[in-house]
Amino acid sequence: MDVYMDNNATTYMKKEVLDAMLPYLTQQYGNGSSKFYKIGRVAGAAVRDARDVVAKAIGAKINEIYFTGSGTEADNWAIKGAAFAKKDKGNHIITTQIEHHAVLHTCEYLEKHGYEVTYLPVDEYGMVKPDDVENAITDKTILISIMTANNEIGTIQPIAQIGKIAKSHKILFHTDAVQAIGHIRVNVEEMGVDMLSLSAHKFHGPKGVGVLYIKNGVKIDNLIHGGGQERGKRASTENVAGIVGLAKAIEIATENLDENIKKLSYFRDRLISGILEKIPYCRLNGPTENRLCNNANFSFRYVEGESILMLLDMKGVAASSGSACASGSLDPSHVLLAIGLPHEIAHGSLRLSVGDNTTDKDVDYVLEVLPPIIERLRAMSPLYEGVERREN
Amino acid sequence: MVYLDNAATTKPSKAAVDAMLVSCEHFGNPSSLHRVGLNAEKIIKNSRQAVSRLIGVDAGKIYFTSGGTEANNMAILGCAFQNEKKGRHLVTTKIEHPSVLEVFKFLEKAGFEVSFVGVDQNGIMRIDEFEAVLREDTVLVSVMSVNNETGMIQPVDKLKAIMGRKSPKAALHSDAVQAFGKIVINPRAWGINLLSMSAHKVHGIKGTGALYADGVSIRPLFAGGGQEKNMRSGTENVVGIAAFGAVAGEIDITKNREKALLLRKRLEQGILSNIDDVKINGSDEFASGFILNVSFLGVKSEVLLHSLENRGIYVSSGSACSSNKSAQNYVLAAMGRSKEEIDGAIRFSLSNENTDGDIDFCIDVLKTEVANIRKYVRGRNERNHHG
Repeated sequence: MDVYMDNNATTYMKKEVLDAMLPYLTQQYGNGSSKFYKIGRVAGAAVRDARDVVAKAIGAKINEIYFTGSGTEADNWAIKGAAFAKKDKGNHIITTQIEHHAVLHTCEYLEKHGYEVTYLPVDEYGMVKPDDVENAITDKTILISIMTANNEIGTIQPIAQIGKIAKSHKILFHTDAVQAIGHIRVNVEEMGVDMLSLSAHKFHGPKGVGVLYIKNGVKIDNLIHGGGQERGKRASTENVAGIVGLAKAIEIATENLDENIKKLSYFRDRLISGILEKIPYCRLNGPTENRLCNNANFSFRYVEGESILMLLDMKGVAASSGSACASGSLDPSHVLLAIGLPHEIAHGSLRLSVGDNTTDKDVDYVLEVLPPIIERLRAMSPLYEGVERREN
Repeated sequence: MVYLDNAATTKPSKAAVDAMLVSCEHFGNPSSLHRVGLNAEKIIKNSRQAVSRLIGVDAGKIYFTSGGTEANNMAILGCAFQNEKKGRHLVTTKIEHPSVLEVFKFLEKAGFEVSFVGVDQNGIMRIDEFEAVLREDTVLVSVMSVNNETGMIQPVDKLKAIMGRKSPKAALHSDAVQAFGKIVINPRAWGINLLSMSAHKVHGIKGTGALYADGVSIRPLFAGGGQEKNMRSGTENVVGIAAFGAVAGEIDITKNREKALLLRKRLEQGILSNIDDVKINGSDEFASGFILNVSFLGVKSEVLLHSLENRGIYVSSGSACSSNKSAQNYVLAAMGRSKEEIDGAIRFSLSNENTDGDIDFCIDVLKTEVANIRKYVRGRNERNHHG
């Protein structure tokens, strides 16, 4: 049986999305900037329509939507672009310890170039305190970047509250909302953000296309220079099919949001209660409230996350130990360390993220195969042997 | 429809679309450790090999990007900033694509010194001028392999030897977006350190490009998850990369180029023998074969584009990237063309899907439409003279 439980890493592309894209890969292949003949204009119109759909889906205006090559590019652009544009006003950036690497490594890059970055701590559930944000603000602060929802442990941050603080101090506020679409309501007005990053492949769209929302009036430097595409802000021939696919995917994800949340939370909660019940020395990482409806994350004492993944994979279950981008790295997750887990426990973590093709059978199967895997690994662990001996 | 704007973009080939459809089933994140992810990673590995083979380099030196523009930005910004302690002088030409020129203009504002080398009347970079501007503190030279307006092959193969004498610290970048898969490029023999490619110019799909990088340290454009050996963070566009690999795998440069050169010649001769007062922008000697740029004197290219569109022929007056702006065609200006020649310039760009029939139809239509426009313009001019 094949069970895909890694929807925080990426999702399958929906058939409706692919169907929407195909015409732009076959007959309507024009360059979106070629205005002088029909297939160029058709491509240009498709990009415009897609921009409108995305704008409506997040409560923005059509001219506030900029397409990029990925969520990572959107994060890099927002943060570097704002930092460079505001360098005369200050050099201080506020972010958190649990951001995605696309944000964290961008901030670290800026630190090497004269910027100062405050990495706010989070509580044991991965939550940022709005008061901490306010207290960190100095007269040099030019940007706050805090993710909407964490990709590893699912914590949904109090973005609207932070947005108000940013606004009252007139500081630019960016949020990496890559995990949010289809899982929580995303509305740029309500959230009070100036910039927001999205990535299509996290909500059943294609890989290779993202969005940066930039509020009208907010000026940031360009990251990619060249032709005049994206109203002079992001050069490159438009990825027409990808953009059309992104729009279709966001339309589906936001149309059925409540239904999605209900369905995904049900599977998530079945996993959480089943695993906590069946497996001893196991903890749920992240909150029970204000949690992404598709994310579950556990630590199993006395085992290694990578070994769990390997054995699960042999049983046909695709899961991860944290962020896919960092897989292969031997360091424990920075998110789990930030919520206070010691190294040895952080090492034994497993992220299961459900999606819209998850079934009860999938969950049953995971609940069936996971406990013996953990048991088997613990049987090989000298540490666990000691625990068992003490307890008996 | 006769599509002769293949320098703007091309129709994805069947192999590209098929590869894309197959890869949709392997939807995993290539960085994931499970099978779904590993299958996606395999697709990328195969594509990397296919792309690298076409330019005779190690697959490990190919980094996938979101397009040719990103590859150019990554190469130039990355090299300039990474090596600025060694020197802050950069060299390029006046006829580069906006995704190169605009990057250099940005770098000028950031305090770098940039020399823009001119071209001769055929649009070929002046080697003597190039040699003259090279300095000890030059850290980067960027010269395109084939110009996107004229299709003229630039002497990229001759640059490294000259640089070795005058600018030993300089890396060599070439924007090969109009050359990759069309003419033979040999980065290793020519000493090219950085080479930009784009899939959608060779019947791949939009949103995928690649940068070849070897023997030079560059700073990545995006920080993040560390994909592409830390050179280009961002979840890989597996579908686009799959299509890129598929087209790279099926390209036969020699065969395609022979065909393109014949089509170009047919079009050139057809125009020259049927229409008066035309000027070919470029020379046959340096033609890639995939572009023919012609000035129809006394004709506004925009008017001709519309007439051609009405007859089902799709061409352009130049780069699509700048077609939003009414900016003058700086490539033709650099070649010393007059305003009338620039105003009447049309770019015909070919692909191996074009046929002799397409070309003959195009010549026929041009004959009529150019004559019609000229009759109207002359009539108007005469009326103005008499009025």
